[in-house]
Amino acid sequence: MNRIDKLFREKKGTILSVYFTAGYPRLDSTAGIIEALADAGADMIEIGMPFSDPVADGPVIQYSSEMALRNGMNLKLLFDQLSEIRDDVKIPLLLMGYLNPVMQFGVENFCRECTRTGIDGVILPDLPPIVYKEEYFSIFNVYDLYNILLISPQSSVERITAIDKISRGFVYMVSSSSVTGSKGNFSDDQISYFKRVSEMKLRNPVLIGFGISNHETFIDAGKFARGGIIGSAFVNILEQDGNDFENINQFIKEIRG
Amino acid sequence: MGRPSPLYFASRLSDFYNTRIYLKREDLNHTGAHKINNTVGQILIAKRLDKSRIIAETGAGQHGVATATVCALMGMKCIVYMGQTDIKRQSPNVLRMKMLGAEVVPVTSGNKTLKDATNEAIRDWISNPIDTHYIIGSVVGPHPYPDLVARLQSVISEEMKFQVKEVSGKDDPDYIIACVGGGSNAIGSFYHYLDNEQVKLIAVEAGGKGIESGETAATMATGRPGVIHGSKTMLMQTDDGQITEPYSISAGLDYPGIGPVHSYLHKIKRVVFDNVNDDEALEAAFRLTRLEGIVPALESAHALAWLGKHQFRKNDVVIVTISGRGDKDMDTYNKYMGEIVSRRLR
Repeated sequence: MNRIDKLFREKKGTILSVYFTAGYPRLDSTAGIIEALADAGADMIEIGMPFSDPVADGPVIQYSSEMALRNGMNLKLLFDQLSEIRDDVKIPLLLMGYLNPVMQFGVENFCRECTRTGIDGVILPDLPPIVYKEEYFSIFNVYDLYNILLISPQSSVERITAIDKISRGFVYMVSSSSVTGSKGNFSDDQISYFKRVSEMKLRNPVLIGFGISNHETFIDAGKFARGGIIGSAFVNILEQDGNDFENINQFIKEIRG
Repeated sequence: MGRPSPLYFASRLSDFYNTRIYLKREDLNHTGAHKINNTVGQILIAKRLDKSRIIAETGAGQHGVATATVCALMGMKCIVYMGQTDIKRQSPNVLRMKMLGAEVVPVTSGNKTLKDATNEAIRDWISNPIDTHYIIGSVVGPHPYPDLVARLQSVISEEMKFQVKEVSGKDDPDYIIACVGGGSNAIGSFYHYLDNEQVKLIAVEAGGKGIESGETAATMATGRPGVIHGSKTMLMQTDDGQITEPYSISAGLDYPGIGPVHSYLHKIKRVVFDNVNDDEALEAAFRLTRLEGIVPALESAHALAWLGKHQFRKNDVVIVTISGRGDKDMDTYNKYMGEIVSRRLR
C-alpha cells in the first residue's frame, strides 16, 4: 500500500505535512532535514525541487530555491541524496516543484527514480490536471506514484469534482488566492470556502496548504480537513549555520502545541 | 490610434538592397508601437469581465506604456511590473507610464528583465484573481493568451491584404519579415498569410552577442522544448531544466521562451527563423534612419538587419514590419553613434 494511503487510514489526529527546499540551506542538508523532521513527529514531508522561476511561490521559497540552485542542487543529485533515505525514514515522502525540470529529466525516468528511492507522491502546481490525465497518468500509474492536484478558492464545483476523480492520495487545498507564504490567521471567507469543500464529501482526503504558519492555523486546518501543510514558515527557521535539529524539534512542537 | 498603419514604399532602402521594400509602419501608432493593438482589445475584455484593476509586465516599456494608456482612457487602476535592468535602459518609457498614472513596480529577481517581470505579474494575478485582469503583452503565457493576443495583433496582416495590391500592384508580397521575442508583432504580420504558402515568412530573433557566445536571446537557435509561464514551447534552459537568462541589446526581445504558435510554425517549417546580432541590428537602425528618415526601435532593427542576410530578386515585394519607433532607444543609439556612422555606413 502507498504510504500516503496508509497514513490517512491509520492516523487519528491532525496530519502535519512539512515542506522544505532540497539543497537549502546547504547542498547536503537534504537527508538530515528529512530525518530530523521524521524524528520530531512530522507525518509527511514534501521535498522541494528548486526551480529558477517559481511563480507559485512567495519570497521565502523563492529565496531558498535560488540559494539551492546556487549551491548546485539538481534532480540527479537529489535522487542520489535520497538513495538510502528509506533505511531510516518510514513516513510518506513527496517531491514538490515545477514541471520543466521533471520534463527535462524525462517523466518515465523521473517516476522510476521516485520508485527506486521510495518517493510516494509528486506535487507539480504548473501541471494542469487535463495535461496530467492525458499525457502522464498512465506512466505515473505504472510506478504507483501519486500525483497530488491542487484546488483553490477560485475552483468551481465541477473542477473540484473532476480533480477529485483523477486524484490519488489526497487533494491539496490551497487556503487562499495567493502564492506561498504566511498571512496570519484565516478570514471568514477562507473558513466558508473550507466548509464548502468539506461539505462536498470528496472521495480523497484533503490537506490545507499555503498560509499555514502557526499553531492556530494548523488547528483550523484540522477542523475542516485532515490536516495542514507548512512550507515557508518552516524554511524560514532553517539557517546557514544554525542548529537545524534543535530548531526543527522546537518548531514542530510549537505547531502541534 | 491611427489605423490602418501605412504600408510605405522605402525607395532609398529599396535601391540599397536592390529590391522592393515596403515598411508596415506600426511605429506610427499612438504610443509608438504595435503593442496598443493588443491593449485596446484587452481593456474592452477587462471592462466586459467587470474588472477594476489592470496588471501588466513590460520589457522595453512599450507594452507598459500601451497598457497605461488604455487604463488612463478607461479610468482603471494600472500596475506595471518591470525589471530593474530595463527600468534603467528604457527610462523615457518609465516616465511616460508614470505620467499616465500607472504604478511601475521594479522587479529585482533573476536578471531583472522581462522574464522576471512576467513572473511577478503572474504572482500578482494568482493573489488577485477577482478584481484584476492581467494584460499580457505578447503571444506567451497560459491559454488563451497566445491565441487572444495573436487575434488582436492580426490586424497588421489584415491591413496588408488590401494595402499590398494598392502600393505594389502585386496581389501578395513575396516576403514578410518581422522581429520576434515573444512574437506578437511577428504573428500579427504573418496571421492572414499563414495559409498562403507563396508568401515567405521570416522571423528574426535577437542573436545578442552571437548564438555561440552564451549571451543571446535566440530561442529557436539555442533552446529545446520546455514549459515557461504556462506554455509548452521552445525554451532556453540548462540541461537540468532551469530557465537561463537571455541577453539582447534590445529589451523587448529579451525573453528565454517564444510564443508556442511560433514553435509550431517552426516545427512545420512554415516560418523561417533566423537571428541577427546586436551590432547588425544597430547598423540596420542607422541605415534606415539615414536613408529614410525613420528611427526604428531596436527590436524592429533586427527585422531590418535580415535584409542584408538574404539575396532578393529585383522585383520581389518585401514587407518589413517596423514594430515600433526608436525614441526610447536614444541612449543606446547615442552610445554607438560615432562608431557605427563612421565605420559601417560609408
